[in-house]
Amino acid sequence: MDVPKEKAAPESPDENLAAGAASARSQVLAGFKAELPLAVGTIPFGLIYGALALGTGLPASAAQAMSSIVFAGSAQFISAQLLGQSTPAIVVIITAGMINLRHALYSASVAPYLQHLPSRWKYVLAYLLTDEAYAVTITHYQKESRFSGVGNKHWFFLSAGLTLWITWQASTAVGVFLGAAIPSGWSLDFTLALTFIGLLVPNLKDRAGAAAALIAGVCAVLAVGLPIKLGLVLASFVGIAAGMWVEARK
Amino acid sequence: MSIWLVILAIGAITFATRLSFILLFSRMEMGSFLQQALRFVPPAVLAAIIFPELVLREGVMDLSPGNERLLAGMLAAVVAWRTRNVLLTLGVGMAALWLLQALSARGLFP
Repeated sequence: MDVPKEKAAPESPDENLAAGAASARSQVLAGFKAELPLAVGTIPFGLIYGALALGTGLPASAAQAMSSIVFAGSAQFISAQLLGQSTPAIVVIITAGMINLRHALYSASVAPYLQHLPSRWKYVLAYLLTDEAYAVTITHYQKESRFSGVGNKHWFFLSAGLTLWITWQASTAVGVFLGAAIPSGWSLDFTLALTFIGLLVPNLKDRAGAAAALIAGVCAVLAVGLPIKLGLVLASFVGIAAGMWVEARK
Repeated sequence: MSIWLVILAIGAITFATRLSFILLFSRMEMGSFLQQALRFVPPAVLAAIIFPELVLREGVMDLSPGNERLLAGMLAAVVAWRTRNVLLTLGVGMAALWLLQALSARGLFP
C-alpha cells in the first residue's frame, strides 16, 4: 500500500534540515558551518577597516563601535574615510544609507520566510542581515524538500548571522587596537566570490534563473563605475526583470 | 554634528533598511507578481557580486587568460555544477588561485 507523501517522514539529516524539520540545534550547527568560510573571508577586510579607520583620525572607540552599530563593511569603510575628511554629516549619512540600499532587496527576499515569527525574532534577524548571512540563508530557505515549511530555519539564519557578527567584531578590533598588518598575498577575500559561486551555480534551476544571473552579472560589471554601489542594485533589478521576461516567454 | 550622532544615524538607517520589508510584508499580502520577482533576487544579487570579483582587476576589465581569478572562478563554477558542494568549490577554487598565482610569480603563466 502506498504511503501518502504527507504522512511520510524526512529520511535523512539533510532532508530534515532542508525541510526545516531538524532541531533548532541542528539548524544552528548547519548555519554556523555554512557561514564559516564567508566569515573567514571577511577577516582581511576587518583588519584593513580597523587600521584604515584609525588612520583617518577616528577615535578607536568610534571605529570599533561602528562595527556593531552599523555592522556593514562597505558603509563603514566609506563613512570612516568621509568623516576623516570632515565631510558634512548629512553627506556622510546619505552616502552610507545609499550604499546599504541593497539590504532592502535582501529584506524583501527573506521577509516571506519570517512572517510567522514573533517581533523580537524579526528585529534580531534584520539586524544580522548582511550580504554574507543573506546568501547562505536564502539558499537554505529555498532548498527543495518534499515537505514544505520553514520550520526551524530561523535558527540557521540566527546562527549564520551571529557567526559573521562575532568574526567581524573580532577582526575589526584587531585592526583597530593592534593596527595589525594585513596578511599578505593569501587572497583570502576571494573566498567570498568562491562561496557565492558555490551557492549560485547549483541553484540555477531553469533558464529564467540563469538569465537573471547572467544579465545581472554583466550589468554589474558594466555599472561598476557607478558610485555608492548603485551598480549592484541596478544590476540586480535588471537581472530580476530579465528573469521575469524569460519566465513569461515560456 | 558629533561623530557619534552620525554613526548612530547611519546605524539607524541601515537597520531600518534591513528591517523594512520584513515588517512590511507581515502587514500586507504579497501579490503573485512580487512573489515571482522575489524568486530572482538570489541569483541576480549573487551574480552581481560574483562577476565583478572575477572579471575586474583594479577596476579594469580583464578577460585575458592571465586573469587568475577569472580562471579559478570558472573552474570553481564547474566544480559547483558537478558536485553541488560548497566546501569543495571553495577548496578547489582557492587551490587553483594559489597555484596560478605561484606560476605567474615564476613567469610560468600565462
